[in-house]
Amino acid sequence: MGRMKVKMKRDFEETVAGFDIDAIRADFPILSERVHGEKPLVYLDNAATTQKPACVLTAIEKYYRTANSNVHRALHELAARATEGYEGARASVARFIGAPTPESIVFTRGTTESINLVAHGWGRGNIGRGDEILLTEMEHHSNLVPWQMLARAVGAELRFVPMLDDGTLDLDAYAKLLGPRTKLVAVTQMSNVLGTINPIKSMVAQARAQGALFLVDAAQSVPHMAVDVQDLDCDFLAFSGHKMCAPTGIGALYIRPSVVDRLEPFMGGGEMILKVQLEESTWAEPPHRFEAGTPNIAGAFGLAAAIDYLESVGMDRIRDHEQALTAYALDRLREVPGLTLFGTARERGGAISFALGDVHPHDVAQFVDREGVAIRAGHHCAQPLMRRLGVHATSRASLYLYNTEAEVDALVAALRKTLEFFGDDT
Amino acid sequence: MTPNTSIDLDDLYQDIILDHYKHPRHAAKLTPEEALVDEENPTCGDQILLTLDLEDGCVTNVRYAAHGCAISVASASMMSELLTGKPEAEARQLIQDFVAVMKGEKDLDPELGDVVALEGVKKFPLRIKCATMSWHALLHALEKRKAEGVME
Repeated sequence: MGRMKVKMKRDFEETVAGFDIDAIRADFPILSERVHGEKPLVYLDNAATTQKPACVLTAIEKYYRTANSNVHRALHELAARATEGYEGARASVARFIGAPTPESIVFTRGTTESINLVAHGWGRGNIGRGDEILLTEMEHHSNLVPWQMLARAVGAELRFVPMLDDGTLDLDAYAKLLGPRTKLVAVTQMSNVLGTINPIKSMVAQARAQGALFLVDAAQSVPHMAVDVQDLDCDFLAFSGHKMCAPTGIGALYIRPSVVDRLEPFMGGGEMILKVQLEESTWAEPPHRFEAGTPNIAGAFGLAAAIDYLESVGMDRIRDHEQALTAYALDRLREVPGLTLFGTARERGGAISFALGDVHPHDVAQFVDREGVAIRAGHHCAQPLMRRLGVHATSRASLYLYNTEAEVDALVAALRKTLEFFGDDT
Repeated sequence: MTPNTSIDLDDLYQDIILDHYKHPRHAAKLTPEEALVDEENPTCGDQILLTLDLEDGCVTNVRYAAHGCAISVASASMMSELLTGKPEAEARQLIQDFVAVMKGEKDLDPELGDVVALEGVKKFPLRIKCATMSWHALLHALEKRKAEGVME
């Protein structure tokens, strides 16, 4: 049902050509919500989570109404429907990120679990005392803390690529930090705070030349731009469904087929075994080896629908729209007196961090919320990056395919009101 | 989907709160070394450095450096005014009461002065921590100062 609607929409768009923002907005029921009484919702917190189009909601409901059953085990018709949908979703994910086979995709709860899976499943057996894990100053806590835990457990060292003042990585330092002891490089493809897009492909090539594996934190990139794991040539790539129109609690980890045998299972239980005896067990083949317990089947149905939806709009069109809107937003924000933008990378996405004079980000977010504008304030799970920027917190607006110039204007107007309220009268 | 129309932002940002925010009483430039406590609100990165003395069993010389939103700075300022000069036991009770008020467990004593303006914060659950952080910090500072006294 959801698919059919998407398909019809695709035909419609192709005849219209280009990017039909009104049609896209109409696909997202929540965007017609009003908040604080009569204010139209202006949702600019997409780096935290995105809204869901009707086709995704329909897909989840359709699973529960017509296919609800456990996957892989039972022999009845519903189990076949559930398994077909679940494994079909895996194939969709593989196609979406250019993975060579569906089996190279492991379903997880999201980016955090994906990275923890690598840290435990690969790290414990492949990293030892004195080995180095190379990260960067701009990582999200989910790509920092699992490595800290691993390093502490096995006696490995963490190294960090510094960030330049424009919000890009110091690539000269990266080349110098890479060495024979580097066993893994783990880097975000797009900063959730600054929007910076890192040159992952060339960074991977450098890491491979040193024999290090490479993990890409793609939580902010896969939802917003075409990503191809074989083109990047990375070993692991992690992302979350909920940041790309799918429900919460479903995400994926790509594992390069040639390294999968170096991973031990992360969790034990049902679904991931081949043969269980009282004292020991053997593991199922990947990817099921890494999916202990009943998975988030409805989430996988929702993720497949979200991928269909994004593909029907076109990832390149989404990227073009967001680039144009980001440029517009940066221009408009620069007009606001006393506003400081963090990060000026040329290659960037639509996550925009700023300071509004001396007004604390919490007060900014609370105040613009009254105008119906949803932004985020805080450290954005990147406390080391906040320290690098010399702030305790920032305000952040983050854009997606359904946002408009009028919404950016609403943000700017709300920020001006905030300034008037907290303005300097000392 | 909770209708939010009855909650007015003016409850949160009353003039008296803005006044304390812009002119915090007893604020000082403190280094972490000079402070008795250095506390952070991990959800937003707000920070308070705070120190105080205990003289004849009373709280004196409260000084703090607060980096935070209007609510957290104003709350620290109002607290420092309210608790300065109070006997330790009474200060502890006032802290306990204030935290209970923020949790909605009791009403604020209307005789407490400027602090009364903070009562509106409890309508904004996400901001309650902003208001209570400095009070927790002062309690911890009190305990540290007391422990020092015992050691001497």
